[in-house]
Amino acid sequence: MTRVLELREITKRFGATLANDAVSLHLDRGEIVALLGENGAGKTTLMSILFGHYTADAGSVRVEGEALPPGQPRAAIRAGVGMVHQHFALAANLTVLDNVMTGTEPLWRLRSDRSGARARLAALAERFGLKVDPDARVADLSVGERQRVEILKALYNDARILILDEPTAVLTTQEAERLFATLRDMAAKGLSLIFISHKLHEVMSASDRVVVLRGGRVVAERATRDTSREELAELMVGRAVDRPVRPPATPGPVLLEARDVAVAGKGGASLKGIGFALRAGETLGIIGVSGNGQTTLAEVVSGVLAPASGTLTVRGAPLAPGVRQAISAGIGRIPEDRHAEGVLGDMTTWENAVLERIWSPDFSRRGIVRRGAARAAAARILRDYDVRGARVDGRVRLLSGGNMQKLILGRVLEAAPDILVAAQPSRGLDEGAIAGVHRRLIEACARGAGVLLISEDLDEVIALADRIRAIVGGRLSPAIPAERADAGLLGLMMAGDWRAAEGIEAEERGAAHAL
Amino acid sequence: MRFERRERPSAALTLLAPLGAIASALAMAGALIALAGANVAEAFGLILQGAFGSRLGITETLTRATPLILTGLAAAVAFRARLWNIGGEGQFYMGALAVAAFGLVPGLAGAPAPVAVLVCLVAGALAGMALLLVPVVLKLRFGSDEVVTTLLLNFVAILFVSMMIEGALRDPLAFGWPQSVPVPDAALLPQLVERSRLHAGLLIALAMAVAVWWVQERTVFGMRTRAAGLNARAAAFAGVPLGRTLVLVGCLSGGLAGLAGAIEVMGVKGYVTTDLSPNYGYSGIVIAMLAALHPIGVIGAALFSAVIFVGADSMSRALGVPSYIADVTVALSLLTMLVALFLVQYRVRR
Repeated sequence: MTRVLELREITKRFGATLANDAVSLHLDRGEIVALLGENGAGKTTLMSILFGHYTADAGSVRVEGEALPPGQPRAAIRAGVGMVHQHFALAANLTVLDNVMTGTEPLWRLRSDRSGARARLAALAERFGLKVDPDARVADLSVGERQRVEILKALYNDARILILDEPTAVLTTQEAERLFATLRDMAAKGLSLIFISHKLHEVMSASDRVVVLRGGRVVAERATRDTSREELAELMVGRAVDRPVRPPATPGPVLLEARDVAVAGKGGASLKGIGFALRAGETLGIIGVSGNGQTTLAEVVSGVLAPASGTLTVRGAPLAPGVRQAISAGIGRIPEDRHAEGVLGDMTTWENAVLERIWSPDFSRRGIVRRGAARAAAARILRDYDVRGARVDGRVRLLSGGNMQKLILGRVLEAAPDILVAAQPSRGLDEGAIAGVHRRLIEACARGAGVLLISEDLDEVIALADRIRAIVGGRLSPAIPAERADAGLLGLMMAGDWRAAEGIEAEERGAAHAL
Repeated sequence: MRFERRERPSAALTLLAPLGAIASALAMAGALIALAGANVAEAFGLILQGAFGSRLGITETLTRATPLILTGLAAAVAFRARLWNIGGEGQFYMGALAVAAFGLVPGLAGAPAPVAVLVCLVAGALAGMALLLVPVVLKLRFGSDEVVTTLLLNFVAILFVSMMIEGALRDPLAFGWPQSVPVPDAALLPQLVERSRLHAGLLIALAMAVAVWWVQERTVFGMRTRAAGLNARAAAFAGVPLGRTLVLVGCLSGGLAGLAGAIEVMGVKGYVTTDLSPNYGYSGIVIAMLAALHPIGVIGAALFSAVIFVGADSMSRALGVPSYIADVTVALSLLTMLVALFLVQYRVRR
């Protein structure tokens, strides 16, 4: 086996955090290596150093025996390293061909060789089974297709080593399977691949070798056939983490009801006539592939977006649009994107803790902020919700994702909401933080709140929800009880095949009537 | 060379960076003075002497700083909320014109002085507001870029002033010069220092700086303004009424610029011409940036800029270095300040 890539003793420090601590890693020709680790373990940092986005404090990168100059993505590309980012680096308004060609031709060339490029792209697509229309605008492509374009872009640059950063984060189960089949095929044709993941099942099914990172260090390296999910889980987390278990629910009266709610959402993720009821003391899980209207649904229920038609009622009374109205009606809101929506990084902790309820007499009087009360409330949240590393007067930007989420949970739950809208509440958090979030959601449910859990993490929804619906193209599927959910059924629901779910819903309704 | 965001900029760095920026701007200006053939030390000495060395120098510097504080505040409050008001110059002139029009309103000209002053100040502020509300409403309704609309409205406003002072508001006793009727004596601001041009407008400007700081720090409106400017999406999620906040910010910003124009007429000139402002409106933008948008910092930045302008005037008379050196120095200090503020946030890595 020829060694195509070797990282030796890579160390990288950001301020006080040691993101990579003497990490060594190698890759042989035709091999697929999985880089496994929790969020914050240093996987992305390591790959960014390899690709020249960051410069390592110490250590070296060698590609096919040649040392790679640090900090130069161009040198990495020239050496045959291609990177497929988690957040695609594509220009949505250009065609596939334009995107693939961008940066491959010298600037002073007057004419670009489009026909040559088209032929080459077609050949690559054919060879690796990555079918995509070269003249389609990237904006019109599905997420899976965009990923194919990203991969083609790397291959077009003669990549022999391909790095994929969490490639399945945005794919459906079926799309992910197709991707891994493609990757296998590419490895068989002599390419070498590294993919970053924190999902055990895909690491087990798709890799030849696993390198486990924890806290910036390589803690283990295993041939995939010699290891197991259980061993990898323990290596990755470093300890056994038990997610809390949901006690059986005793649903009360209907708290929140949506009837035929329709609204145009951003990026085509519109809601087309949604109806559901959320009862006191129950968790309703909404699953689905990213981009099917989850964001819009969360925005409507959070009061950020007004429905164009249909009604939302809280305890039978219509809910007026508006954030303040939603909060006043007892809706607590955990936003999907902590950094972009949940907090203002450059404002202080106490301001972030009270901003969404600043109109309340608790926090302002005649337009003047009651700073003492606001600070005290923030201090209480920091203490009761164990927000680490935060000062009441410090900026929120400095908090880790998990602590940011604790702050958001704290400010929401302090108001003791009857209804909790949690959109992707554990996205990007590590196992310990996820367990904490789940505990809080279960507590809220136990004291009688209704929880609307919108999540793309199936394990999370199965663990927390009493009933599960799928959102597909802006419509909601029938609800099935969580006890009857299995991967196959949920997959069908997410794909828009609701026949089985309809049957189950009808059965359940029949059973309820019989009681 | 690459830049990495600092986790926590140190306090010392935050304080030293602006000083370093001013120092390097002065050093570059010094190089230009040397190129012009003058002795650099002597030139800087003369600048300081011109600005501080005499009673006249000090009062002139403060007189000059007065409108700059107000236009600086106007830009700072708007920029805080990411409302890019480049129209301070036009709003300044509209405020000035509103005061001139006051003389023509029957019944008001004979009003007692405090009433007349107050009415004129309010009229000036309202005129500035009105001019900025047009672009703000266009931005909210149609998403038009306020940088373009406010900038272009400057020319519209100045041409409008020109039309008025050659027409309806023309002073018949001005021997054909295009200037407005004089402001009635009752509406003039009292002098602060005998035999100088320094007037009570300085106190108004200082009070406004403190008031703006208080509003930004202590009120719900101020908190929402900052939130809207830092991250509109998160602000909207937290229930900040973005449109209403922007309109209020526009009122505040336009009002401050209009007030600057009103005060300049009521305190210094006594009538309106089209050369009333040596770019006070545009200088306000520079001053706001120099102050890193902090209302109290605006006072310091306006004083700095006034010192340079007044001092350079007298230095250029003595040494023959063109007084444009003042514009160059202020412009350089803006550039170095932007670099310094960037370096406070980021460190350079090789």
